[in-house]
Amino acid sequence: MKLSYLKYLFLVLLFVYACKKSDDAKEQIASFLGFQKPKNFPEPVYAFANNPITKDGFELGRMLFYEPRLSRDNTISCGSCHIQSSAFTQHGHDVSHGIDDRLGTRNSPPIMNLAWNKAFMWGGGVFDLDLQPIVPITTHEEMDEDLENVLNKLRAMPTYKNKFKAAFGSEQISTANFMKALSQFMLMCVSSNAKYDKVMRKEQNASFSAIEAEGYEIFKNKCGNCHKEPLFTDGNFRNNGLAPSAINDLGLYTATLLEGDKYKFKVPSLRNLKYTAPYMHDGRFLSLDAVFDHYIREVQNTPNLDPSLVANGTRGIAINSDEKSKLLAFLNTLNDEEFINNKLLAEQ
Amino acid sequence: MKKIFLLIILSALLFTACKKSDSTAPDFDEKNLASLSVEFDNIVGGRTLTFNNTAIPYTNAKGEPFSISMLQYFVSNIKVTTTSGQQYTVPQDSSYFMVNGADKATRFATVKVPEGDYSKLTFVLGVDSLRSTMPIDKRVGVLDPAAGGGHGGGGMYWGWNAGYIFFKLEGNSTVISDDQQGDPTGKKQFRYHIGGFGGYSAPTINNIKTITVDLNAAGIAKVRKGRQSNIHLFVDIMKFFNGSTTLSIKENPNVMFSAYSTNLAKNFNGLFTHDHTEN
Repeated sequence: MKLSYLKYLFLVLLFVYACKKSDDAKEQIASFLGFQKPKNFPEPVYAFANNPITKDGFELGRMLFYEPRLSRDNTISCGSCHIQSSAFTQHGHDVSHGIDDRLGTRNSPPIMNLAWNKAFMWGGGVFDLDLQPIVPITTHEEMDEDLENVLNKLRAMPTYKNKFKAAFGSEQISTANFMKALSQFMLMCVSSNAKYDKVMRKEQNASFSAIEAEGYEIFKNKCGNCHKEPLFTDGNFRNNGLAPSAINDLGLYTATLLEGDKYKFKVPSLRNLKYTAPYMHDGRFLSLDAVFDHYIREVQNTPNLDPSLVANGTRGIAINSDEKSKLLAFLNTLNDEEFINNKLLAEQ
Repeated sequence: MKKIFLLIILSALLFTACKKSDSTAPDFDEKNLASLSVEFDNIVGGRTLTFNNTAIPYTNAKGEPFSISMLQYFVSNIKVTTTSGQQYTVPQDSSYFMVNGADKATRFATVKVPEGDYSKLTFVLGVDSLRSTMPIDKRVGVLDPAAGGGHGGGGMYWGWNAGYIFFKLEGNSTVISDDQQGDPTGKKQFRYHIGGFGGYSAPTINNIKTITVDLNAAGIAKVRKGRQSNIHLFVDIMKFFNGSTTLSIKENPNVMFSAYSTNLAKNFNGLFTHDHTEN
């Protein structure tokens, strides 16, 4: 009896010790490892050679991401509309809510897996992550500031001089280094630890439940063409048959003026849907049910409607209620709790 | 007598020497560089460029009175050709200039080219597509997206549709209506922001224009070390309104990234005339 009690105590101690050890390990992981390509992801498209990620560069980028001085009246930071707990979207807002309570025209997209993006913004126009932040900084409804003013504000702060020196070897705060630091932070916002990823990587014997597995098969058959694994977007611009909005947003056409691009928007990833409602480029659908309703029976015949949404003369995707619940079960495996709780990506 | 003879010979020698250095083009050597400037002297028809002269406005071919409040454009990729046909392209990194009508100091594009006699000048009005898609590190000086205070002010960079504004002309005209078709702020302002480098992944509008100027008639540029050859061009902004397309300010008070902008870009070629060269 006594012996087994001791044994028990020993085991508990061992367990506590093991816990402690794993905590240490966690802390080590939390210490900087740089950009790591997840095993189940393809090669990134971002030109890392031109902007190698360093701890100092990343930390500076994080500071800038959460820096309200990027806006005209020092009230709005990138993090205002890209909130980590909402997988870096602005939860609850159909369109982005910026400076002076102005409203934009598009839904705030997630800062997630951008190293694999070859085009940015719902309607395109930006093809290099290092040039993207200029858009929200200068847009009237978002930060409404001039880039030059932003840099001057930062130049007046000794903290930033030191941080830029640590990151880029020079106190000089240039456009290029400012953009590169922001990119370094955003590139590190990698969401790759959802249940789906663990199943794919065969980690910790992870496996889909029966309903998830069935949902996965339906997904591959009915959704995976545009929402391509493992990023769950093919990165292309497509017209998914939404009725034109009140402002008649023409999407990619605005940037290209090509007739064939009218009403095309970038295919969004399906990762982290649990945290990123509302959905679509203008946030018109408040729930996944509404999204399913759209694809099942509301697809409109607008110019350039994606051919994959028409089968035998019928628009939409045939999904019955049984399939829908299985798909929802699968989509739920794409939610990455580690991503939204990763302290490394939070405001410090 | 002998002395006089010697003097004559010496003077003759001196004259030939003078003549030689003045008119014989040096050997074309890409390492033997000297300074050449191109002067962009902005005019409006028969008048000099004056800003906001609303009291005595300019008048375009459509009979519309207008004044100018801002004029800026990019000049890049300067190339020169000698009288014997040798070409020299200024290295790209030293070949981007922004002429700002309000800042006289910006009217010169000064480059280094091999010593020689040049009869042809070629440049791009705008920013070439290669540079328009380059990494952020290559966008310095006049190409810095932060330069000039944003696209609403004097900035020449479009963030939303990543690329440069090649030619920016703003001003006022009483013919502009106060409704949505004109200027709803009632300021009767026109804005012409012409850009478009041809697209990154799909072909889109391309308003990059290569301008070629023949220098033979008004004077070739003799580029030599220790001297400053200056090709003086007139840039007639009136030709922007009155070219192959006759622009009506009333009908098109705002032209930015649109199909119509390609018509106005076609007018660019007529803007430039060679007035003279200072050697």
